[in-house]
Order: sequence, then C-alpha cells, then structure tokens
Amino acid sequence: MEDFRGKKKKAVTRRAFLQSLGGGAVGMSVASRVLGQEPFSIQSAPAEMELYSKKRISLAVNGKTISLEVESGETLLQTLRDRLKLTGTKRTCSRGECGGCTVLLDGKPVYSCHLLAVQAEGKDILTIEGLAGKDKLHPVQQAFIDKDAYQCGFCTPGFIMASVGLLNKNKQPTFDDVRAGLAGNLCRCGNYQKIYEAVASAADTMRRG
Amino acid sequence: MKKEQMIDDPNLEYAELAKSQGTQTAPAQLQPQPKPDEFKYIGKYTPRIDGRKIVTGAAQYTHDLYFEGMLQAKILRSPHACADVLSIDLSQALDYPGVKAALKLKEGRVKWAGEPIAAVAAGDEQTAEEALNLIKVEYKVLPHVVSQEKAMEQGAPLVQDQGNVQKLNEYNRGDIDKGFKEADVVFEQTYKTSWEVHQTAETHSSVAKWEGDNLTVWDSTQAVQSVRDGLARALDIPAARVKVIKHYMGGGFGSKLSANDHTIIAARLARETDRPVKVVLTRRENSYCVGYRPSAHATLKAGVKKDGTLTALHWKNYVCGGIGRGDRCAEPVTDVYKCPNVKVEEYSVFVNTCSSRATRAPGHTQGTFALEGFMEELAAKLRMDPLEFRLKNYSLKEKGDTGKSYSTKGLDACYKLGAEKIGWARRNKKPGAGIGKIRTGIGMASQIWPGAGVPGTLADLKIYADGSIEVECGTQDIGTGTRTHIAVVAADTLGFEPQDITVKIGNSDYPWAPISGGSLTVPSVAPAVRDAALKAADQLKQLAAKKLNIAAADVVFENKKFMSKNDPSKAVEYKDLVRTLPRPMCFHGERSDYPSTFAFQTFGAHFAEVEVDVETGKVNVRKVVAAHDVGRVINRQTAESQVLGGIIQGLSAGLFEEKIMDSETGTMVNPNLHDYKIATALDIPEIVPLFVDVIDDRLNNLGTKGLGEPPRIPATAAIANAVYNALGIHIREIPMTPAKVLAALKRKEVQP
Repeated sequence: MEDFRGKKKKAVTRRAFLQSLGGGAVGMSVASRVLGQEPFSIQSAPAEMELYSKKRISLAVNGKTISLEVESGETLLQTLRDRLKLTGTKRTCSRGECGGCTVLLDGKPVYSCHLLAVQAEGKDILTIEGLAGKDKLHPVQQAFIDKDAYQCGFCTPGFIMASVGLLNKNKQPTFDDVRAGLAGNLCRCGNYQKIYEAVASAADTMRRG
Repeated sequence: MKKEQMIDDPNLEYAELAKSQGTQTAPAQLQPQPKPDEFKYIGKYTPRIDGRKIVTGAAQYTHDLYFEGMLQAKILRSPHACADVLSIDLSQALDYPGVKAALKLKEGRVKWAGEPIAAVAAGDEQTAEEALNLIKVEYKVLPHVVSQEKAMEQGAPLVQDQGNVQKLNEYNRGDIDKGFKEADVVFEQTYKTSWEVHQTAETHSSVAKWEGDNLTVWDSTQAVQSVRDGLARALDIPAARVKVIKHYMGGGFGSKLSANDHTIIAARLARETDRPVKVVLTRRENSYCVGYRPSAHATLKAGVKKDGTLTALHWKNYVCGGIGRGDRCAEPVTDVYKCPNVKVEEYSVFVNTCSSRATRAPGHTQGTFALEGFMEELAAKLRMDPLEFRLKNYSLKEKGDTGKSYSTKGLDACYKLGAEKIGWARRNKKPGAGIGKIRTGIGMASQIWPGAGVPGTLADLKIYADGSIEVECGTQDIGTGTRTHIAVVAADTLGFEPQDITVKIGNSDYPWAPISGGSLTVPSVAPAVRDAALKAADQLKQLAAKKLNIAAADVVFENKKFMSKNDPSKAVEYKDLVRTLPRPMCFHGERSDYPSTFAFQTFGAHFAEVEVDVETGKVNVRKVVAAHDVGRVINRQTAESQVLGGIIQGLSAGLFEEKIMDSETGTMVNPNLHDYKIATALDIPEIVPLFVDVIDDRLNNLGTKGLGEPPRIPATAAIANAVYNALGIHIREIPMTPAKVLAALKRKEVQP
C-alpha cells in the first residue's frame, strides 16, 4: 500500500454517487504500529476508531458467515483478497478512483478499498465469486461473455458487480442510466460500448425471468 | 547491478523488436487460400473460450497469486530527478522485525525521480514499506530538467554527456528543394503531443520462486519469451533454467515487453531468502516509473500544386522520452501519401524522467496526429475536399509510391465505406461554418502500420488417444482473445468446435512465439496453428484411409466421423480412429516467411463526428466510424473489441491524457487515476467498427494481418480534424482540453 505513510493527499472518490456509498473518507497517517500483530495498512478509518486494535468480526460473504480477526484499519478489499483469497475483486488504484474493487453490500455497489472490514459487519457482502448460481451464470455474467464486454478482464469483476447493483435498483435502465450507473468504473482497454450492450441484454433477460 | 542488466532495453520500438525476433525460414510456400465461406468459425463471431473464467473471477492474474511462505517486496525510489547516491545504509531496515532481505540497487548517478535505489522483502507489504523508511540514503542533489522546451535551452542541466538534443533519425528521398520550387503553395505548421501513460488496469507485478537452480517467474507481461531471456541475462544464469508464466494479465499497451527492474529484484530477493517473492507496483509507481508515450513537437512543411499534388514534405521533429531516445515518428510522413521529395529530421530531447516505452502504435500515433491534421489544413487551404485531397495523393507502393508495391492495399475501400457510414456529405463544406453554442463537425484520418507478423513462430498441436486436442504455443493473451483465436483456427481447420480445443499459452517453455506487441500476435500465431492443424488433418485422413481401405483423397470428415466421399457406408468415428494410437500425435506448425519483393502494411481510416461547446470549450465525440484493412479477420468478435479500445484510447489521449511534471521538484504531479485523466463511461461515443476483408494471400496461409495498433493510430487525428471542421480552428496540441479550445476560440474571436 502506498497511502498509509501520510505522504498522500486526502483520498477522493471519482464519482459523487459512489462517494456517498463508501464508508471511510480520510486517508489516515500512521506513525507507528504495534509489533507482533499481523499488520495491515490503514487507508481510511472513521476518526473515532482506535488504530491497530484487532477485532473479531463475522462477515457474511457470498452467503456464508465467516468469523475472523481483522485489524480495525483493514479495508474490506484487503480482507477479501489477502485473508479470504477472494481475488476476483481487484486492487487497481487502492483509493477509490477506478471501481476495480466494486462489491455489493446489501445489494448496493461499493468500492471495497474505501470501506473498512469492520464496517461491513452485519451486511450481506457479495463478490464476483458468489454471483453465479450453482449451474448457471448470472445473466450479467452471461451477457458479458456473449457481447465480448471485456478485453484484459481485470476491471470486469468490478464492472459486473456495478452492473448487477444498477439492475437491482433499476430493472429497465435507459442508455443514460447505464452510462451513469457505470461511471464509477474505469476500463482501460476501452470496451464500454460492449459493456453497455451487455447490461442492456442482461436487463432484458432478467425482465423476462 | 548494472543499468544494462536492470533494464532489458524497454525503449526498443515495436518495429525493431519485431525485426529482432524470429528466424529466416524457407521462402513462402503459398498454400491455397480458402474462401471465407469455407470456414465455419474463422472470420465469424466466436465468444471468448476463457470468458467464463473472466466473469466469475476465476481468471488468475499475477496480482492474485499467493504462495506458502511468500514474501512481499517493496522498492525504495529516488525522490530526486538528478542526484549522486553517495551511500546506502540498509542496516536498520534489515533489523526491522519481519524483514527477510534487503538489496542495494544503485550507486552513482540517479537520472530520474523514481529510479530504484534499494529494495526490501518482508512477510507483508506494510512491513516492507515501513522498512523502506529505515534505509538511509545520502544523496548529493544535482540540477535537473524535466521540460522538453527547457532541456533545449542553452545552459540547461545536461541529462546526457553528449547533449540534451541528439539526432534520432534522418531520411531523404528525391530533391526537397526542387519539390518546393515546383509547388504552387508552401505551407508549414507545428503540432505537439503530450506524454501519455499506459495506466494498465493491473499494475506491473511479478512473483519469483526458485527450486534449486531453476527459476520460475509469474509475470504480468506481454512477452514470456523476452522476460525469460532478460532474466537469464540479468541474473547471469542459463535461459534453460528460467521459466516465465503468465495466465492472465491486466493490460500492457507496450509497457510490459521485457524483463523489468522489479521482476529482476523479486528474483534476486527470492534467491537470497529462498522463499517466493511477490512484487506489486502501486498505482503511483505505475504512473511514473514504467514508461509513457514520448512527446513529439513536429513541424511539417509541404509543397503542393493547385490541383492537390504533393511535391515536397519536410518533417522536423523533436521527440522527448525522458532518459530514453523516444520514438521515431516519421513513417506516416514517408509512407502514407504519394510524394517524390521527402526530408525527415528527427531529434531526441533528453530530460530527467524515466525512459519512455513503446506505447500502442509508437511513433505512428504522434506522426499521424501531425500529418493528418496537416493534410486537413492543407486541403482547406486548397479549397479541396479533405478526402479527395487524400485520394489525389494515394500511393500503391511503399515510400510514397517510390518503393516496393504493396501486396494488397484496401485503404481506398476503407475511405469509401467509412465516408458512406459517417455521412461524409453532412460535414461543413467550409470549416467553422456552423453557428450557435454547440458546433458540430466531421473529420477523418488515415492509418498505416506494419502488422505482417513474424516468420518462424511455432505452435504444436497434439492429439491424444482419448481424442482430446491441445495446442501449445509460447505466446500470451494480453486481453485480445489469443486463446480463442487459436481455438478457432485449430477447430476450423480440423472440423471441430472451438471448445473442443484445449489451448495452452503463456508459458515460456512452450514453442516460441514473439512478444504480444506491435500487432504481431495474430499474423504470427494463427498461421503457425493453421500449419500444425493442416498437418494433423492430413495425417488423420491418411489414418482413416488406411483404416477404411480407401484412398486418402476419398476421405471426408463430417460430424466427427471420417467417411468415404463415394461410399458413406464406409465410415469410422474420430474417437475410434485415434483410440488405438500408441502415443499422442504431435504436429509442429511454423509461420512461414513472406516474399521480400512486396511491401506489407495494414491500412485504415477513421471518421469522427464531434460537437464542441464554444462557451465551455468542451469537445464531445458523438460517433466514430472505423474502417480497417487487416487482411482476413480471424475472430470478428474480438477484432471489433480491439477497434473499440483503440478508438477510446485515441479519444482519451486526444482530449484528456497528460503526464504533468513539476519543474521545481522534478516529480510527476498527477500519478494516480484521479488527476491523470482518462476517458470514462460518460465520454464514450457510438463506434462503428468495420473491416474491408482484403485477404492477403502472399503474406501467410490465412492472409491475415495484425490489428492491435491500427485502431489506435488515426482516432486522435480524426477527432482533431472534426473539431477543425466544427470551429474552423485547428487545435494543434493534444490533449485538446477546454482551456486550449477556449484559448484558440479567443484567438479567432469566434463568438457564440
């Protein structure tokens, strides 16, 4: 992580609408750490939170409740990737700029790099690994394949989760709704047009049941 | 470690890389070119065979690798753009709990802020990062220069002993003075492009693991073979003991073509600790330490007759690629249009930033932005239709109609198709003829790029006794769908389905294939796979003929069954035929050479429609029609995606992207995705990707060319030309920010 030495500016979200969904806001400077504890970098934490205390929490991830010990300053992204090895959620910018780490929290898209693990307690966390049914992909996943809505695929899990979040809220999105709904995610390969087509096609499939 | 060991020349241009690759094989044995309708999959739409892995999060990127006992490495980088490293003290860092090893990487002169100084491996990223703070480095800070203009001034700090401005490229044909004398009109303009950072989604990353003397490296790379060779050289170990693996990678665009500093560092730390070591660059490091597209400040001067005939082209260009020499940008000028008298002068300008690296269509994007903008302005000066002006100077031979004939050239077909689909007649006949707050315009630009592929590329096709089929090739998929195009070619050639083929790539132990850069992959790999599959199909027919006791020429293969053409009752199932194989059959495929008597290029034309708000200066791209000649398209589905991506990146560079350096500190001001602007979901126009399907039967056994770079090349210029058509003002410097547009409007006093 690059953020925790206090050398950087305030962490800022690219898009206001996701800013409102993210939990933490301020990049904290950390001067020291308690040795002997499993360390993690602090990226954002509410001011009242005691740094570096460990806390046992239970997280509901992809329908399973997992009890685990986390650092109070650990982001949900770190917990998912480094502890739970759910590496489908990507670390691309670590500071709420790209949407590569988007997961659903109670059905709503959030940047998991911008949320502490402890803040996710008591909420339903859905990652890309938990999206597909037992034998069948989620309609959004299938549409991404059918429409070739990816290239390198690194931003794809984030885009898919953001798309599912959008369709949870809006069953019949217009073209502009889709653009706005995905404006918090960056695709460097530039396959946006096919992503829009995929979301529209998935919306159709979902409406038909 | 010496500099030359650290960097496997990341500054090599694609074209040079391509030339340095491959072998000269036997002269081309041209195989009969199948007609497009003979294929079930080639040229059609096939979804990615690895799509399920990507959409479920199962695709494993280098970032996603976690091994037992794995350490994490962090790199201490110079905060100074120019300094002498007097001493490095690692002792406190080594004493820090959790730290397993530390390395000194630099002695002497540091020439850019971000240059690696030392590295640490620890049990986790944060410990490693904290330990970097404990490394004591004594610097003698020296004057630096990070601006292209300032580096060219008298008395600027010297970045290179031989001077900050050095000759990069020169070329002459005909008689330039005579060309200008023959002209009715002489016109000159200067164009500027910015530093554009690759900003790959997956930051550069490697994991190194030793087993005895054998090194395995998982790398986010475009070139498993080159990384293997680079690591072997840097570590002074046999290439035969190095294996490089890449399953999935999150974008490269030219920044991941060789063994990087951080990869070599991971390998050294892994050797020292005898544990796997992972290094993941931060977004910040990815923004200022692993290259960018060099800027170009180019002046074009042309002589032209009243009827539009070009008589002279003079190209003088200053390219700035930091401590590297940057790109040669002249090829569009020397090769796109017919012109007998051409003079090229190009100079490298050195400044204290990291070396530029190949960036999707290096040289050609800068050259094309200048040349195509210039052609647009020249056409207006001559009161000619810009498309007619280009057709007037159409060439059928390379070097502006003075060299070898193009084997095929479908640029005229691209013009025709693109103009029709955009509605070329709708453009402002006189640039800037519109009125009101929102002005609309239509512009176009042309493109060339080599894309012929590399002779000597290898692929093995294996058939196992259980009937399963695999293709092994030491290429890699950088997001273009390489696995799928291999499956499509093998399946179609053998009469199977793409999902029947197991594709194994991304491993340097597999048969040799070139870097995935420079539009080399499809025209190198597809013909090699086709060659192997043709041999396999032939061998299977021979076996079936023997089994059925008929002539091989009488054997047909349908529905996975071999049968006699004349007597369908004589038949054997494929599975039954191969069941008795004593060993798997292996067929070696090779990409053959192409004739040196012809020239090979890809061609294309983009047509853009924009609207410009003359009150805010904001450019909104409404639509881009892209028509490309890339020979035979192998998989139309992924080919279209390449075109979309190339255009978005061209739009993004044209409107937003710029690496900004602070002159005082010599560091990058915007090393993140918030301040370094790239196009987002809200900036995307409607894009119409089109292919003219000119199959080049001299080039290879599929008549196919590369497509990675072509769509990146003309997009920016087409957009700039559309802005010109809207405003009557040419913005000659990218990015075309609202501030630049407003300033240009003010100069012209265009009122809403």
